Amino acid sequence: MKYNSVFDIIGPVMIGPSSSHTAGAARIGKAARNLFGKEPQWARIHLYESFAKTYKGHGTDFALAGGLLGFETDDTRMSQALELAEKKGLEIEFIEDSAKADHPNTARLIIGDGSDQLELVGISIGGGKVEITELNGFELRLSGNHPAILIMHNDRFGAIASVTEILAKYEINIGHMEVNRKDVGKEALMVIEVDQNVKDSILKELENASHIIQIAKIAN
Amino acid sequence: MFRTAAELVEMAEKDNIAISEVMIRQEMEVKDKTREEIFAEMEKNLQVMENAIEEALEGVESVTGLTGGDAVLIQNYMREKTPLSGNLLMDAVSKAMGTNEVNAAMGTICATPTAGSAGCVPGTLFAVKNQLNPTREQMIRYLFTAGAFGFVTANNAFISGAAGGCQAEVGSAGAMASAAIVEMAGGTPQQSADAFAITLKNMLGLVCDPVAGLVEVPCVKRNAAGSSLAIVSADMALAGVKSRIPCDEVIGAMYRIGKQMPTSLRETGEGGLADTPTGRLLKEKIFGMSV
Repeated sequence: MKYNSVFDIIGPVMIGPSSSHTAGAARIGKAARNLFGKEPQWARIHLYESFAKTYKGHGTDFALAGGLLGFETDDTRMSQALELAEKKGLEIEFIEDSAKADHPNTARLIIGDGSDQLELVGISIGGGKVEITELNGFELRLSGNHPAILIMHNDRFGAIASVTEILAKYEINIGHMEVNRKDVGKEALMVIEVDQNVKDSILKELENASHIIQIAKIAN
Repeated sequence: MFRTAAELVEMAEKDNIAISEVMIRQEMEVKDKTREEIFAEMEKNLQVMENAIEEALEGVESVTGLTGGDAVLIQNYMREKTPLSGNLLMDAVSKAMGTNEVNAAMGTICATPTAGSAGCVPGTLFAVKNQLNPTREQMIRYLFTAGAFGFVTANNAFISGAAGGCQAEVGSAGAMASAAIVEMAGGTPQQSADAFAITLKNMLGLVCDPVAGLVEVPCVKRNAAGSSLAIVSADMALAGVKSRIPCDEVIGAMYRIGKQMPTSLRETGEGGLADTPTGRLLKEKIFGMSV
């Protein structure tokens, strides 16, 4: 089921005017920032279908900017997020993309700074609820209902075991797990939804495990 | 976990509990939280709703000037004259529109289930409250009952205008409010389901055609329709009127109708009222002044 909590329906508390185009957009921006792990210096944002047609009226642009700055949906600075981003040296370009998308409210965010880059596709499915459907070219389905760890790693034997061993050591239960790779022996992505929040110290330990490239966490 | 309205009603009837109680117990289980924690979280949402209505009744205006101030006009009218549709109904309409006026003015609201339809549930709650005199707990339960039916709708159809048109937003919101009113007024779980079905049936086919793509025209006034219909349907169900088409089948119909709706009528600001001479003119004016 897409929605699993009453607070997906009665909520979120947010700054108007649209739950999918404003609150949802802010959440997609925030997810990208969280996965990037720091504040980006630039962002290229492709908007599709309803997002592309109505983003100005709905404030989708400032909401995405707010999310990239780390704002929650009810942050009263939301409507000034574009100006705030500019002040902080975050350059954002919006592209109205006419390509077909699977969902009417789809955004593709490519964000980066001098050294790193991240590409993410998010969809806003209604009432402020979002799903991340793609990360750095890997398809994924993250509900956001549970904390999740995303692990970029090299496709080698033992990589998965080294991660699950550490989680087992700290008695962290895995609710759902997916592994995707681009090609045999190349870069791969592990997506692990867990039942409890994972401490930063455990993430550090995971980062040092064999064949791990990069780790990001999405808190519940 | 309930998936359908029929399951929801059955669970309530089997344990002889209210719809709100089924939702509360499920939430406790899913989130692994105590009753107190969940009530406290919902109380916060209720407070946001109350604040938004207070703000609206002092008078607000959106950046474009397209909406705002109608909630106050209605309250003034109620003081000076006797509304033909009755004070309670017009009070709900005023408070529902007011919530959406605050939303359009980029104020703080609680999405129920969305921002564009955020007026129906609180608008009706803060109107029927004056007649039913509920406790604060009953007011919080009102939101759980509305949420339970919204949960079924969101998982079996959709709740966003971009996905399913306004029937999915104000249709769902008004129907959720109907079910909650019934419980607060002492009706049965099945009567809640009937009230939900009656409201949604009368909202089927409603398109999402916002002028200039803004959540203002006609969204604010559609919340007037959703909230007033919610009260009428609740009264019908409490009187014993049943929905001939069961609640889940109405939700199914809403889903199929939404799937058949062209993109131009699903929150793209391209068809319907957005594509009238005045709608187009307003869009030109607004984006000419670079909002």
